Amino acid sequence: MDTVKMTEAQRKSRRNRNVALGLALAGLVVLFYVMTWAKLGAFHG
Amino acid sequence: MTVLENHDEGLSDNGVRLSEAGARDFFELLKPRVMSLVVFTAFAGLVLAPGALNPMLAAIAILCIAVGAGASGALNMWYDADIDAVMTRTARRPIPAGKVTGEEALAFGIALSCFSVGILGLAVNWLSAGLLAFTIFFYAVIYTMWLKRWTPQNIVIGGAAGAFPPMIGYAAVTGTVSIDSVILFMIIFLWTPAHFWALALFKMRDYGAVGVPMLPNVAGEGPTKVQIVVYAVLTALCSVIPSFRGTASLGYGLFAAVLGILFVWYALKVYRMPEGDEKMVPAKKMFAYSILYLFAIFSALMADHVIRAYGVTGGAF
Repeated sequence: MDTVKMTEAQRKSRRNRNVALGLALAGLVVLFYVMTWAKLGAFHG
Repeated sequence: MTVLENHDEGLSDNGVRLSEAGARDFFELLKPRVMSLVVFTAFAGLVLAPGALNPMLAAIAILCIAVGAGASGALNMWYDADIDAVMTRTARRPIPAGKVTGEEALAFGIALSCFSVGILGLAVNWLSAGLLAFTIFFYAVIYTMWLKRWTPQNIVIGGAAGAFPPMIGYAAVTGTVSIDSVILFMIIFLWTPAHFWALALFKMRDYGAVGVPMLPNVAGEGPTKVQIVVYAVLTALCSVIPSFRGTASLGYGLFAAVLGILFVWYALKVYRMPEGDEKMVPAKKMFAYSILYLFAIFSALMADHVIRAYGVTGGAF
């Protein structure tokens, strides 16, 4: 099996991208929660 | 197991590319400065529209419009990477700088376009989502891929993409397109050529080097200056229309008129600028004032609307 040895800069930027992606996904969860809450709130009153 | 060496260009021995791009580089693809103007004008559309939208949904609408605008910026950078690499103003963008590949930018732009349009449609209404989708298409395909490299009127027609956000904000609240939202569109549409040609005048060598037919390169400085004055006058006239229609007060009308006269005055200073001026100070001042002008006009429209709506001056809207 071939693996590639990453440089420190590549490892750091990969971590940075992963954190950003994680935050974006968490943001989407919050967004859909707020959206549902606001829409249902509109229906009920 | 074989451990392959990794070289400076991010390519390993077997050709696998290892990116050093960070979240900031992807954020740069969204053209944050353009996004801030889009957020502001879309917010103005939301505020100026008659009726009300749930504040949470309004915030989601603004977010979607901002992300959609950013997505079109990423698609623009993907397509224009070749000329961006040559121009001093754009050479440090993530793709020409080698931080993000064109394919990554394209995928990023398409994904954000789909998310922004889909979420706006689900959360608010499909007219505003449709307008957002059209805006992204207009900027990425009509302007970037077609007009920009084809006609010196590129910025006149392509400017429509930047003029849509207040109309989208307005449609998010009302679910319709009305004359008042078209007037907001027209203010930005007419402002864009005067604003951008002022920039093109002092950056014309850049555009000339990459073969983009900007008006100063194709028609020369003289005709460009004339057209800057014409569009400045049209923008100034259009900006006072809300006052005549009764959607804004006389106070706003006077304020917009003064700002408009100043806009035309700056345009006339550009017109009187000697041919071949190296420093082009009047053009730089015109460019700076044009940004301030648009912010001031939309701020004044919103302030006037809020004052009238909440009866600060005793009137009800």
